[in-house]
Amino acid sequence: MKNAIVLIVLAAVLAGLVALPWVAPYFYIFLGTEVLILGLFAASFNLVFGYSGMLSFGHAAFYGIGAYATALILLHLEWPFLACLVVAMGAGALLALVIGFLSVRLDEVYFAMLTLAFGMMVFAVAHQWRSVTNGSDGIAGFMLGDFAPGVDWSLGDPAVYYHVVLGVVVVAAAVLYLICRSSFGLILRAIRQNPERVSFCGLDVRRYRLAAFTVAGAFAGLSGALMAPFLRVASPEMLHWSMSAEPVLMSILGGTGYFLGPFFGAAIFVLLESWITGFTDAWMLVLGVMLALMVMFFRRGVLGTLLDWVQGNHD
Amino acid sequence: MTAFFTALLNSLDIGLLLFVIAVGLNIVFGVLNVINFAHGALYMIGAYLGFSLIAMLGWPFWAALIVAPLGVAALAVVLDRLVLRFIYGREITDSLLLTFALLLVLNESVRMIWGSGIHVVEPPALLAGTLDLPGGVRYPVYNLFVIGVGLAMLAGLWALFNRSRVGRIMRAASLDADMAKALGINTRLVVTGAFAFGAWLAAVGGVVAAPMRAIDPGMGDKIIIESFIVVVIGGLGSFPGALIGALVLGAIHAFGGRYFPEVNMVLPFIGMALVLLVKPNGLMGKGAA
Repeated sequence: MKNAIVLIVLAAVLAGLVALPWVAPYFYIFLGTEVLILGLFAASFNLVFGYSGMLSFGHAAFYGIGAYATALILLHLEWPFLACLVVAMGAGALLALVIGFLSVRLDEVYFAMLTLAFGMMVFAVAHQWRSVTNGSDGIAGFMLGDFAPGVDWSLGDPAVYYHVVLGVVVVAAAVLYLICRSSFGLILRAIRQNPERVSFCGLDVRRYRLAAFTVAGAFAGLSGALMAPFLRVASPEMLHWSMSAEPVLMSILGGTGYFLGPFFGAAIFVLLESWITGFTDAWMLVLGVMLALMVMFFRRGVLGTLLDWVQGNHD
Repeated sequence: MTAFFTALLNSLDIGLLLFVIAVGLNIVFGVLNVINFAHGALYMIGAYLGFSLIAMLGWPFWAALIVAPLGVAALAVVLDRLVLRFIYGREITDSLLLTFALLLVLNESVRMIWGSGIHVVEPPALLAGTLDLPGGVRYPVYNLFVIGVGLAMLAGLWALFNRSRVGRIMRAASLDADMAKALGINTRLVVTGAFAFGAWLAAVGGVVAAPMRAIDPGMGDKIIIESFIVVVIGGLGSFPGALIGALVLGAIHAFGGRYFPEVNMVLPFIGMALVLLVKPNGLMGKGAA
């Protein structure tokens, strides 16, 4: 019964998302695209945070490298978009493998510090390696061509791009969900609750954490690859630690205990951002205050609190 | 040879300044078991407060050096009582999240109060100019002063932790908070005090750094990463580790900047990665990984 309700709600939301370009003004197509991409970014973060219990403050590194990979490929090689997505996932995974290898060796305090530090290293490199990354200006002026070889969908049209993003994000989210539900995902959750016990069971905790981090890096890279053509630029800000703060807040806003929590959080986040930046440019301040209040008082997130309330009413 | 000596002195002034800041991070970690991600922001606020007192109110440098860090320590007490006390006893992740949120708030507040521009603080007249050292090395007097401050802080902190009652209480609270409480120590006061003391150290670093470096809203980000590298190299929570980590990083900056300017930026991270691979708990860290 409960599953049926969840499925019906999901189907309705999905139908609404598909229909969005025909029923809503242009502005909402942009908002919708942003929500979907950032939702995927946050969901990839939550695989590490909510499922594996590791707090990363450097997740923007993988998002950013996906964006840079896409921008560079589109600018210099003019490959089809699908190829960019694949390369961006590979780049995100590879970078996460290297950073993760060094960061999962010790406890969560070290993990948080090291991910922030290595994330800022990537930012500094992008900022100063001018010959490749064009420094603080970032890479712009690239054009979207075919989606796949010979498949021209005119991706430059925002409504078309929105539908492509929707398709990619739905597929990616489904894969992420299957990963979370698999025995691998179960082990990650066990590690979050009690790493000692899992390692006494004979499993290599470090290797599982590194695997989770690498998978998360791949999906963060994918979200960055979707974002670069949307923003029409890949800039160092996409790698900055304040970008890493966004999936942290989105996951906590939505609820880290739910697979769809980060997507829900991303929707709240983007709507709030577009509303608040209308009358103040101190968005980071608002972001910080919200994060602090959520951690202090609503640790289960909006979705969690909402579901508790709904279930309390029905049971 | 002159270049070598200059780089050596440089690694001392960079390193000892980093020590003062990183040891504050270590003290807070020792007592609260929290890595304060806003530590760099407190350093930056120290520098900006110093700048306001000196350049805008016309105070002498020395007065600013005393007053600005006390102001930041007071801010830390407020933050501790207003925000951090909510997460004492919760999972460590929550405290990391909360200091990270503080970092966002403090950084943006600085940008709102002082703007995004770059500010310069002149060194006091007494410390202006350069000094001719034996061996033909010409070195800024102010940087020698920074080395002096660093050494004085090193001696003072050592005496505090090894020779004074307050230092022993702090060490007791960091070793075993419950036992310290059972022995009648007001651990709550120790926690707030340690947080304020760590903030004070960061702010002293900020005021001292101000005449040597430009003041801008990105300076806190830079220093928190540097402090992380210091504590990872030296070993988190270790006093001698903070010193050794800071001197190693100072040397990497000073010699790397002189001899390998192309890759200078990534050298600290390579150093940190090497330490993580060989001795994951840091050069002075205890126990196995």
